[in-house]
Amino acid sequence: MKILGEIYAKFTDFLDAKKKIVIPVLYLVLILVPFLFKSQYFLRVLCLIGIYAILTMSLNLIAGYMGQTSMGHAALYCLGGYFSGLLGSKLGWPFWITLIFGIIGGAIGGLVLGIATMRLSGSYLAVITLAFGEVVEMIILNFNSVTNGPLGVRNIPRPSLFGWEFTTSNGGFYWLMLVLVTIAVLVSLAVLKSKFGRAVIAIKEDELAAKLMGVNTAKYRVQTIILSGAMAGMAGAFYASMNRYIDANSFNFDISMTILCIVIFGGLGSIPGMIVGSILLISFPEVLRALADYRFVVYGLLLILMMRFRPQGLMGGLSKKPYKLPRGVTLPKALQARKEGSKGKQVG
Amino acid sequence: MALLKVNEITKVFGGLIAVEDVSFEVNQGEIVSIIGPNGAGKTTIFNMLTGVYKVNKGTVEFEGKEIQNKAPREIVKAGMARTFQNIRLFPTMRVIENVLVGDHINIQYNFLDLLFRTKKFRKAEKEAAQKAIDLLESLELGDQINNYAKNLPYGMQRKLEIARAIATNAKLIILDEPAAGMNPQESEELMKFILKLRQNGHTILLIEHDMSVVMNISDRIYVIDHGRKIAEGLPAEIARDAQVIRAYLGSGGVEKDAEQDA
Amino acid sequence: MLLEQILNGVMLGMVYALIAVGYSLVFGILRLLNMAHGSIFAFGAHMALFAVAMQWGMPAAFVFSILMTGLLGMAMDRVILAPLRAKNAPNITCLISVIGVSYIIQNMLMICFDSTKKTFPKLFDFGNVEIFGVTLTSAQIMMFLIALVFLVILTIIVNKTKIGLAMRASRENSKAANLMGIDVKKVVTFTFFLSGMCAAVAGVLVSGYYQMVYCTMGTDAGLKGFSAAVLGGIGVLYGSVVGGIVVGVAEALAVAFLGGSFRSAIAYVVLFLVLLIRPSGLFGKDNIDKV
Repeated sequence: MKILGEIYAKFTDFLDAKKKIVIPVLYLVLILVPFLFKSQYFLRVLCLIGIYAILTMSLNLIAGYMGQTSMGHAALYCLGGYFSGLLGSKLGWPFWITLIFGIIGGAIGGLVLGIATMRLSGSYLAVITLAFGEVVEMIILNFNSVTNGPLGVRNIPRPSLFGWEFTTSNGGFYWLMLVLVTIAVLVSLAVLKSKFGRAVIAIKEDELAAKLMGVNTAKYRVQTIILSGAMAGMAGAFYASMNRYIDANSFNFDISMTILCIVIFGGLGSIPGMIVGSILLISFPEVLRALADYRFVVYGLLLILMMRFRPQGLMGGLSKKPYKLPRGVTLPKALQARKEGSKGKQVG
Repeated sequence: MALLKVNEITKVFGGLIAVEDVSFEVNQGEIVSIIGPNGAGKTTIFNMLTGVYKVNKGTVEFEGKEIQNKAPREIVKAGMARTFQNIRLFPTMRVIENVLVGDHINIQYNFLDLLFRTKKFRKAEKEAAQKAIDLLESLELGDQINNYAKNLPYGMQRKLEIARAIATNAKLIILDEPAAGMNPQESEELMKFILKLRQNGHTILLIEHDMSVVMNISDRIYVIDHGRKIAEGLPAEIARDAQVIRAYLGSGGVEKDAEQDA
Repeated sequence: MLLEQILNGVMLGMVYALIAVGYSLVFGILRLLNMAHGSIFAFGAHMALFAVAMQWGMPAAFVFSILMTGLLGMAMDRVILAPLRAKNAPNITCLISVIGVSYIIQNMLMICFDSTKKTFPKLFDFGNVEIFGVTLTSAQIMMFLIALVFLVILTIIVNKTKIGLAMRASRENSKAANLMGIDVKKVVTFTFFLSGMCAAVAGVLVSGYYQMVYCTMGTDAGLKGFSAAVLGGIGVLYGSVVGGIVVGVAEALAVAFLGGSFRSAIAYVVLFLVLLIRPSGLFGKDNIDKV
C-alpha cells in the first residue's frame, strides 16, 4: 500500500511539474474519443459520467467545502432539467438559451434551500435537503398544467450550432459535456483559491470562530448553495437535452444518494476525486451488467469497504504539498533558504 | 478618549446574574487585564464585547461609538478581534490560510472578480498573502506557513490564534486566557510575546484567572468576582487588595462557581 | 369526514411512530442517521412473508420476523459500525456505510424474493368498529393497538429496566457511562436490536394493512418514519411518537382534501415548515454553541 502511495505521489508530482504539456495532451486525447469509438452506448455512458462529474463537483461545494451533507441534491439537478426542458419543449427556445435558464432554475432552487437551511447544520440540514427534494418532486407531479405531471416532458430540443445538430452518436453531446465539465472544474478551482473558498471552509472547520473573524457566515452559506444549485442546474439542462425526455423519476432519491456516495467515495473536497469517482462508480454498474441483480450488492459492499479502509475517499485527505502562493510573493526567510537548497540539489 | 469604554454591562442567564454592572476602560497602547477566579464571569464579559451574547443592560463604546449587541462581524469591522480560551483555529486549514481568514474583511473583491481572476483579484490576493507572510514572520511562525494548524504544537497554536486576530487589522486584541494549559515556562514566554505585541503598537485586553501570570505585564488590572467588579488599579495595588485576596483564597476556603466558564 | 380522516391518520401514524422510534433510538446514542432502517423494515416484512409461506402461522411469523430483524440490526452494528466507531470515524463515514448496507439488504431481498409485489394475508378481520360515529376497520384498530403495545413495551424497557438506564446514560454521555462501568458496546448492540424490532413490527403491520409486500417498500416508509423522527426532535422518543402521528394525520388529510398524488410528499412539507420555525424539531433540545 505504501509503495503504491509513493508511486501515486511521484505520479502527481510529475503531472504537476509538466502541467503545461499534460493538460493539452489529455484534452487532445479526450477530444479525439468520438472518432475512435463510434458506439452510441459508449458515448452515452461517457456523457453520464460527465453529468455526474458536474453534479458531484456541485455537491462538493456544499459537502466538501462547507461540510454539510445534502441528501436531496437531485432536486437542484431536477430544477435545471425542468426549467430548460420545458422552455425548449413547450416554447421551442433553442438549447443555448434554455441552458442559461436551467442554470438560473438550479440557482433559484439553491436560494430557497439556502435560506431554509441558514440556521441548520448536520443531520437537520441533511433532512431538510431530503424534504426539499421530495417537495420539488411533489410540485412537479402535481403542477400538471406546466410540467405535464407524471407524463413528463417530451421532445426536448437538441442543441445545434451553425446548422449542425448535436446528437449522442455524432459526438456532439460528448464534446459539449467536456466543455461543461471544464467550466465546472474552473469554477470549483476559482472558488477554492479565494476569500470565498477560505470563508466557506472556515465555516466547515468552526462556524463560530469564522463568524468572530468577521465572516458573514449566513451569506456565504446561502451563496455556496446557490452556486452549487447553478452547477447542478447546468447538468440538468444538459441531461434533459441529451435524453430528450424527463420526468420526476429521472431525479429521484436514488440519484441524490448516488451523487452523495460518489462525493464521499471520490474524497470530500477533492476536485480530481469527483471526476475519478464518477468514472468508477458510474461505469461500474455498466461494466458489471453481467452480474445483473448482484451489481448493487457489490456497489454497497464497495462503499462499506471504502469507508472502512479509506474513509477520506479515493483522493481526499490533506495534501502534503506546499501551499500554492500567488506569484510574486516573497517567501519567509526560513523557507527561502530551504527552497533554494532543494533547487540546488536538483541542478546538482 | 478611551479606545474601549464599557459602562455597567449586565448579563442574565435565566434568573442567574452572570455579570452585573461591570465597567472598565482600555486606552490606546495599554495592556489591560481582567482577572478573577474560575467562574467569575470573565468569559461572559468577553462574549458580550465580541457579540456572541446580547448585553442585557449597559453600553460598550469603541472609539466613541456604541457597539453593544451588534453582529460579531460589525464588531470585528469596528476593530476588535479575539482569541478563545480553548483554541478555536481552523484545524485542517494551513497556517497561512488561518491568517488569511482573519484578513477576510480587509480583502476587497467581488464574486465576478474571483470567477474571472481579474487584475483586482490577483492584486488583492497577492497583497493579502504577502501581508499574512510578513505577519507570521514577525511572530516567528514564518517557517510554518505550509503546515496545517492542527499539527502545530500547543504554544504555536496560541500564537497563530493571536496572529489570526491581528490579521483583522484590529485596534484592540482580546485574549481569553492565553496561558491556559501552559506550564510556567511556556506562559512566561507567552507574556514576553504579548509585551512584544504592545511594542509593535497593539492594544491588548487580557483575561486570566492566574494573577501571577499577568502581574508583570499589565498596565492596569480589573478584578471580577461573582460577576461584579471588586477592584481596579495598578498591579502592585491589586496584589495588596484585601478583597482580591479574599476572592482568591475564599472566605472559609469555599469557592462558589456562579457560572460555568466554558 | 374530517374526524374520520384524522382517525385514519392516527391509526397509520402509530406505525410511522414505530418506525420513527427506531431511528430515534439509534440516533440518540450514536448521533447516526440510520439510513438502512427503511431496508431493515422491508427485511422484517419479508421475514414474516417467509414464515407465512412456510405455514408457521401468524403469531410465529411475528416472532420470527422480530428475531431475524433484530439480529440483522445487531449484525450490522457489530460487523460494520463497531469497527468504524473503534477508529473514531467521523459521522459521515458511518452514514455512507449504512447507505451501503441499505443497498445490500434491498438488493439481496430482490434476489431472494424477486422484485414483484407479493400478497400478504390480512392480519385481522372481524368486521368494522364504530367510534365517535366513524367507521374504522378492525385491521386499522388492531394495527393501532399492536403498535401502541410495542411503544409501551419500549418505553418500559427504556425507562424502567437496568439496560434502559444504561441506554439513557450512554445517550447523555457515552464516555462517562463507560467510565461508570456500563458496557457501552453492549448497550449499542442492544439498541440496534430494539430498533430492528420496531422496524419488524412496523413492517408486518404495514404489510398486513396493505396486504402487500415488495422489496422497495422500505424507501418510502423509511423516509416517512425518518421525517416523523426529525419532526418530533430526533433522539427524543415521545417526540417520535408525536411526529409519527402528525405525519399520519397530515397524510390522511392531504389524500382526502388535496388528492392522492400529494400523499407521499405532504410529510416533507410539514417537516420543512416545522424545521423552519423550530430548527431542532418539536421536542428536540437546542444545541447551544459554547465559547
